[in-house]
Amino acid sequence: MSRLRKPWSDRRAELVLGAASLLTGAIVLGMVAFVAVRAWPTFAHNGLSWLAPGGSLGGQIESMLSTATNAPASAYHVRAWPIVYGTLLITGLAVALALPLAVLCAVFIVELAPARVRRVMIRVVRLLASVPSVIWGLLGILVLVPYVGNHLVTSAERTSLQNTVQLTGAGLVVAVVLLTLMITPIMVALTCDALTAVPAAWREGAAALGVNRLRAIRAVTLRAIRPAIVAATVLATARALGEAIMISMVSGSVFFSPRPSDGVAFLFEPLRTLASTIVDFREGLGGAPALNSTLYACALLLLFSVFVLSVAGYLVKLPLRKYQVRG
Amino acid sequence: MSVFVPDPALSAVPPRRRGRGSSLRTWRWSDRLVLLAAWGAGLLLCAVTAAILLYMGYRGVQYLRPSLIFSHPQASKNQAGSGGFLDPLLGTALLTVIGIAIAAPLAICSALWIVEYGGGGRVRRALTRVVEASIEIVAGTPDIVIAVFGLAIFQLHLLAFASFVNEGGGVYGQSFLAAGAMMSLIALPPLFVATRDGLQAVPAHMREAAFALGKTRIATIRRVLLPSVRANVATGVTLGVSRIIADTAIVIVLLGDELRITPHAGSLPGLNVLRGTGSSLTSYVFDNSPAGEGAAPQKAYAAAVVLLLFVLALNLAVERIARRHAHAGGAVAVSGIV
Repeated sequence: MSRLRKPWSDRRAELVLGAASLLTGAIVLGMVAFVAVRAWPTFAHNGLSWLAPGGSLGGQIESMLSTATNAPASAYHVRAWPIVYGTLLITGLAVALALPLAVLCAVFIVELAPARVRRVMIRVVRLLASVPSVIWGLLGILVLVPYVGNHLVTSAERTSLQNTVQLTGAGLVVAVVLLTLMITPIMVALTCDALTAVPAAWREGAAALGVNRLRAIRAVTLRAIRPAIVAATVLATARALGEAIMISMVSGSVFFSPRPSDGVAFLFEPLRTLASTIVDFREGLGGAPALNSTLYACALLLLFSVFVLSVAGYLVKLPLRKYQVRG
Repeated sequence: MSVFVPDPALSAVPPRRRGRGSSLRTWRWSDRLVLLAAWGAGLLLCAVTAAILLYMGYRGVQYLRPSLIFSHPQASKNQAGSGGFLDPLLGTALLTVIGIAIAAPLAICSALWIVEYGGGGRVRRALTRVVEASIEIVAGTPDIVIAVFGLAIFQLHLLAFASFVNEGGGVYGQSFLAAGAMMSLIALPPLFVATRDGLQAVPAHMREAAFALGKTRIATIRRVLLPSVRANVATGVTLGVSRIIADTAIVIVLLGDELRITPHAGSLPGLNVLRGTGSSLTSYVFDNSPAGEGAAPQKAYAAAVVLLLFVLALNLAVERIARRHAHAGGAVAVSGIV
């Protein structure tokens, strides 16, 4: 103890601080390695056709559960396209809805709103961003899902699909609406950040040329921060991909690929995503090896996509430095 | 990674003065439509927030009773007999303490090392890059992935001391220790970013003055730098806490399905709780919603209202810290949300 009380030498201090930060790095890299090792068996058996469509995913998972500890090679057979498709569908729709909403909102906050409204809006964005996903899910499952099920789903749609899937209200549309609301504040915050960093002189220059405020925003400000908007979209996509709890609560939790050919009923069809599948089958983690490996494969896929997205976000933001706009 | 929501007082945009002449009447229709859409988008977010707050407030008045906060959950068929959520509240508190206790030293040490020592030498710069990149990876990692990673390591026999073990020697990997350790990964990025940004904002002449007085680097850190970034660390901790209490995926994977805090039999007192299982407010809400087993919406609403109150309080806390230290810290970092 007395050695610790003495003033530390710089060398020792650096060693301690460096060790702590390398430990942080090691934990994170260990995470990637661990998840990859656990996911390996299922990829070894299925290869990249893990991602392909084929057969009923629900049945495949059932047969994994029935083989206990020593699984035969056949138990690993899985074609996970429905959940990959579900993830892409929900994320794509939510991001497509959130992008215009967030850009308009950010422009409103930074450029258009009166100071008092702006102050309120900043609080609103911050609060919306910190609402826990389980509360979104709770509101979804107790308020939106019954509403959609009772008032929006018509009985004609219900009967036309009764042999394939049950329309309870839990499904695509509720999940997409909630996910949009969850990722919009993140995009707004990032876009606001870039907007405030645009030099005032640029706006003034545009104003001096006689265009109105909105023209100036469109021609100068938004064009300057385009990379930041793309980067914000990429980050929001990563956030949307990984949302597990809310989706698991409101998406109906059925292995089903919603079919656009069903018309309006498409919006009400239930589905699962990669992340919500892990939540739904969390009891199987550490149990039957085939299922365990499949769930870790879902996690690895998420980790990989998020990694690719964050690299993409970094690369997209590079041109911003050219303008010396912080992003 | 750092996200700055513009602070109204510090915003770079100067207040606009509009003369009477430049009215909207001179605008084109397309411009007027976009203006309308922007107002609409802003008001939509306000309306959603107001709707959530009002609806949850209404449910809170309806279902939240003080007795719920002070009673243990009970197994019961109907909602009248299923008790309150004392255990989930304690569980949330315990997870927060464990998570911050692990995350804070790691994050602050990493930030100090990267900002204060990371400059010189090629090897050191490369290592700095690696550490920063890995913190960015963990910031982007979905919580469910962190949860399954936690299960993977705590099911190792090497770490059997940290979680529930059955008679056959099977390691379950579920315990407060496991969940809290993974919570620290969630709290780490906002803490790190807040501290790093604070350190980078300390003007170089303060360090130089300390060195000129003969202080060593570490003494400068302890006497000059750490005191001046205290507000940033506080912001980081607050953001970390709000992420921990809001997280559900880690809890339901790593803390088991027991609503009551269930100490691990046969361990030392104190350690037995850490090795035991339990629940948090979020997992209580999840389990009592129709998505879980309980199907007790009244209890779920009541606990969700308490959770939302915590979130609101933490939001206010971040704002207060930022306002009080605006002269030192600059704009408010909301890095916790990304």
